[in-house]
Amino acid sequence: MHPAFSVIFLTTLIGAGQGLYLALYTGQFYSAFKVLPVQDSAQYYVLGSMLVLVLLVAGLVASFFHLGRPERAWRSAACWRTSWLSREVIVLPAFTGAVAAWGLIHYTGWNPHLFTFGGAYEVDLSLLVGAAATLLCFTLFLCTGMIYACIKMLQEWATPLTVINYTLLGISSGFILATAFAAWQDSPLVDFFGGWAVFATILAFATRTASLVRNARIKHKSTLQSAIGIRHAHIKQKAQGAMTGSFNTREYFHGASQPKFRFVKWIFLVLAFPVPLVLLSIGLNTQATSLLLGAFLVQYLGLLAERWFFFAQANHPQNLYYQTV
Amino acid sequence: MTQLALVIDLNVCVGCHACVTSCKEWNTSGTAGPMSDMNPYGEDPTGTFFNRVQTFEVGIFPNTETVHFPKSCLHCEDPPCVPVCPTGASYKRESDGIVLVDSEKCIGCNYCSWACPYGARELDENQKIMKKCTLCVDRIYDESIPEKERKPACVNACPTNARLFGDINDPNSEVSLAIREQGGYKLMPEWGTQPANHYLPRRKTRITIHEDELIRADNPLKKERKLPMPDADDPTLDETTSW
Repeated sequence: MHPAFSVIFLTTLIGAGQGLYLALYTGQFYSAFKVLPVQDSAQYYVLGSMLVLVLLVAGLVASFFHLGRPERAWRSAACWRTSWLSREVIVLPAFTGAVAAWGLIHYTGWNPHLFTFGGAYEVDLSLLVGAAATLLCFTLFLCTGMIYACIKMLQEWATPLTVINYTLLGISSGFILATAFAAWQDSPLVDFFGGWAVFATILAFATRTASLVRNARIKHKSTLQSAIGIRHAHIKQKAQGAMTGSFNTREYFHGASQPKFRFVKWIFLVLAFPVPLVLLSIGLNTQATSLLLGAFLVQYLGLLAERWFFFAQANHPQNLYYQTV
Repeated sequence: MTQLALVIDLNVCVGCHACVTSCKEWNTSGTAGPMSDMNPYGEDPTGTFFNRVQTFEVGIFPNTETVHFPKSCLHCEDPPCVPVCPTGASYKRESDGIVLVDSEKCIGCNYCSWACPYGARELDENQKIMKKCTLCVDRIYDESIPEKERKPACVNACPTNARLFGDINDPNSEVSLAIREQGGYKLMPEWGTQPANHYLPRRKTRITIHEDELIRADNPLKKERKLPMPDADDPTLDETTSW
């Protein structure tokens, strides 16, 4: 498939935003259950949720560049019963709204105590709104992943690993950003976020590698024989019905040379996993905010390459009809 | 339930592209909007087509065969492009099974084209909406057209009658008969899309001639030659019959 930069930015930006939100909420959740010290600074949550919102809105804006008719985008919420794309279109604003509400509760300080859980743990409104946002966050990961995983013709994508990778890569990216953010805010949660960031990054590396291994061994169901229905071992295309390309040659081929294609794979394998891990561990040991931010930015570049490769690697069966001009 | 479809006879198609041009000529002013050409007289012309004829060479030289392969939307009975559409612009008609795009609802997200294994959908570079074969839905029901011509433009244009049009769910239709009797098959059956359009395979007309058919063992002259004269003392025909 042809990697569209609008979709690459959409998925990487909202992934980072979702991960960052999960990190912030995990911090709040743990402190509510008295595992972590309470973050009573409103500024920390307000700035944090604003950062999440910036990432989500930036992703949403990027997604509009993918549409031929962006002015009709509102229509895309119609078919949520069948279309994962439609579901994502609904869940993304819902999640954005929930994060905004969560941030607003922290900003205004209007956070009524709702009930006490287990005699000792207090549940307030922000914890409940945050839980709803968390549910929406994971639903959004599911929707984003399923948009690709549900197309069975694109065999490289049609695997649960697609959803798992979108989720874990987003969490990894968001937790690294949360580590940098916590360091910038002088929050005591730096090590907590940092530890989970390392764990998520290693886990994401494992599952992304698993999908690479899976896709390297993939056997495509469609062949030129089944495409035109002629049983012969030697079939060569002589004409594709257009001499200078068509939508079919532009949309479904990545157009990069094999060396470039392989290069991008190694670039993302290096930039998205080991380099941020090294920067993260040095940053955590030296408490250097710039290194932690660097870890996020380097990994983000790696994730852009990862997403490019994800699209480019998918081999559409229609390409069988477009082999020679 | 009616399922209109094309049946394309690969044995007859000569690859003249008359279906391609007639399709474009009819549909560019059709209900789906213009089929835009970009840069038509420039270096890299490209444009929207509902139908393309491709050419494949089967076999190794000198034992090769050229197969012309017209390719358009197959109007699947279980179309994967329909459920993925987020706006409902892509739909399959209950009444006749034609898969269409509502040009007013399409947002040009390309998602349906990803889900189609045949690459039958094309984004119009000018209008930025998805375009596909409509089976000339604005022609086949038009009562101002003589009944004989109420067929897709490509079917009318085909000089060799390689394209048949009809209801494949009616067992007595011309298309059902052709599929049944001439081995009509579906493209990429592995995806379970149940394409309505079928293709008829190339056919070879061969006769087997055996040696004894060339040299006649039973020369009729042997039987028909003059019989030897009867002996003089044999009874004549007049003596043995009483006529």
